[in-house]
Amino acid sequence: MRHWNWIWMCLLVGGAVACGSQPEETEAVEAEPTGPGHRLPVERVDPDTLPVVEAELGVPPAAAPATGRTEPARVIVNLEVREVTREIADGVNYTFWTFGGTVPGPMIRVRRGDWVELRLMNHPDNTMPHNIDLHAVTGPGGGATSTFTAPGHQTQFSFQALNEGVYMYHCATAPVGMHVANGMYGMIVVEPDEGYVPVDREYYVVQGDFYTPGEYHAAGDQPFDMDRAIHEDPSYILFNGRDGALTGDNALAADVGETVRLFVGNGGPNLTSSFHVIGEIFDRVWIEGGSAVSHDVQTTSIPPGGTAVVEYGVEVPGTYILVDHALFRAFNHGAIGMMRVSGDAAPDIYSGLEVDETYLGNLGATAAAARTSREEGSRTAAGESTFLGTCATCHQRDAAGLSTIFPPLAGSDYLMADRTRSIEIILHGLSGPVTVNGASFNGVMPAFSNLTDHEVANVLTYIRANFGNEGDAITDEEVAAVRASLPAPAAGHP
Amino acid sequence: MNLGSTTIAAWASLTLASLVLPGMSEAQASALTPQHRVEGGSYPDFLGGVGAAPVVVEPFLLDRHAVTVGQYRDFIHTHPTWARGAVPVVLSEASYLASWTSDTDPGSDAARPVTQVSWHAARAYCRAAGRRLPTESEWEWAARADATRADAMDDPAFVARILDWYAHPGRGRAAVGTGEANVWGVRELHGVIWEWVEDFGAAMVASDDRERARFEDQVCGAGSLGVGSPTQYATFMRYAFRSSLRANFALSTLGFRCAGDLPPPVPREVP
Repeated sequence: MRHWNWIWMCLLVGGAVACGSQPEETEAVEAEPTGPGHRLPVERVDPDTLPVVEAELGVPPAAAPATGRTEPARVIVNLEVREVTREIADGVNYTFWTFGGTVPGPMIRVRRGDWVELRLMNHPDNTMPHNIDLHAVTGPGGGATSTFTAPGHQTQFSFQALNEGVYMYHCATAPVGMHVANGMYGMIVVEPDEGYVPVDREYYVVQGDFYTPGEYHAAGDQPFDMDRAIHEDPSYILFNGRDGALTGDNALAADVGETVRLFVGNGGPNLTSSFHVIGEIFDRVWIEGGSAVSHDVQTTSIPPGGTAVVEYGVEVPGTYILVDHALFRAFNHGAIGMMRVSGDAAPDIYSGLEVDETYLGNLGATAAAARTSREEGSRTAAGESTFLGTCATCHQRDAAGLSTIFPPLAGSDYLMADRTRSIEIILHGLSGPVTVNGASFNGVMPAFSNLTDHEVANVLTYIRANFGNEGDAITDEEVAAVRASLPAPAAGHP
Repeated sequence: MNLGSTTIAAWASLTLASLVLPGMSEAQASALTPQHRVEGGSYPDFLGGVGAAPVVVEPFLLDRHAVTVGQYRDFIHTHPTWARGAVPVVLSEASYLASWTSDTDPGSDAARPVTQVSWHAARAYCRAAGRRLPTESEWEWAARADATRADAMDDPAFVARILDWYAHPGRGRAAVGTGEANVWGVRELHGVIWEWVEDFGAAMVASDDRERARFEDQVCGAGSLGVGSPTQYATFMRYAFRSSLRANFALSTLGFRCAGDLPPPVPREVP
């Protein structure tokens, strides 16, 4: 217990105090015969004899480029701490404490055995002292004890990267939780001797939880809320420090046939991420960012101050949603991102919708007969079926939409304003900003051109006559005319 | 400690602007900031942990507001060795008064708190005024007061206001005297700038191994207990900030105000 206190206090104080020597003996750990990590120990280097390389940093969501080196170098890394006020969500301002002005901070990429010179510059306009603890460092405080830096000052320390892996770095100045909650974290990749196998796309994504007095999307200036942070009650859970940082126009991109690698971190400070990409299976996961690789993973757990590398081939075009699969975080706190995969449909892997018809369950044949007796009733029932099977997934069963992600169809001014446009949206999809009933949305609805004219007419007729909407029927002929007017058949909805 | 509200009100209204030291010119005296008497008291020893004796503060005098740019400019006119350019780096680093338009002219901002001054410079100013920097204990004690209470640190709303400023950098530095007076009549201990204290390095920086050992024992052991409330966090941030300083640092958010000793009590005549 006492030992635990000591560690905790050193974390809290960080570089403010050199908790350099441990006051009590702890269990001696037998050194592994192979040295740090699972490989042979790195050779010690003389920094003065190494080639000097300025680190090429990755600005999120771009990963830093591979070092491309096979020999150690002296790598110069400059990180500037900036305290900046900017939007955490549309119309919501928050004061972030950052490395390099971004959340997460820039991605550093070195190679095992490199000698890394890290310079931390605390901008003179800042109010707080800061430091840096890199989890890739072997040494007291991970560098924090050597980089405690007042505003308008800079410090430097150097270390040899002994272990390969993907590591988080963060500020460790008291109170550490607050500095981290304000966005002071990033990632440092230590490539194995042979590097990571090149892939077509690499991205840099970090989840973090944020604490404000106002709830998710409450407008205006929102300060940090220490009380909510202590109670682990975040208002925002975000990828890359901003609501919508990876959605809409900011979605990640890939092409069919490519292999994608995501360096995924979790800054925390509190919540463990259950990272998942909807519609994909991770072919390979470097578990916890280390050197063990798992295969065929659906969801990978990433603790605060931890990472994972996930890799997958993209075979089927469409939009893939990145989420924390603790799903209310995704839909109610912002933990959502997108990857758009472009290319030819792959019906040999994924057919798209094949069957879509009324299922009456225990209603039985009598009810079915009653329903189908009237033409209008038939249209409504078929429309309802399509609605429940296709539209309600996003727009919800009551057509009220979901949060700010999916707009409402119920009582929808946008839907009812233009019948031709409503047909076009189903056939062609819709992306970009729209205003529905006074609220703004900026998402992507895929094309549902796989629906027949009859199905589109039915579902629109159903929606237009229900959920508080009052509109007349849409005919099959109208849909056919709109379909013929569209430039090219859109790719089928996966 | 437990002060009657009447006593507090009485002390709050008492200013000691008339305290002119012998040998000080009228012009100098008029430029000095009125001081207020801060009653003595005690508060939990933040770094001492559970069971530590409370910090006891004797009554002292504290400037109503931080030293202003205008006051510091006047100080330089009478003490040119403290002009920018004349001060050696060992006493104040290159950012000393760096925002001024010349070595002796600050430009506008005369009513704002002076910043970009080192601990040495702050001490020199106070000494020239016949005053001194407050100790960390004195400053911390005075800063626990709000408008009606000598110690408001148990009030989450009071602490939230302090934390709010800590979370927001770069806000404009308001003219002094515009904030609410606390129960002692002292203003703006929170929310505008950081302030130097006489023993700013005492808590975190140790000058020899024996002290360091004692400090590690305190801070790295029992001191961690109970550091979980927002109150403690607010205090902790000030200690952390101070411990990042060295005496020649001149930061754009760091200024100072002076304190003073109470006149010694007049000995009672033996009848």
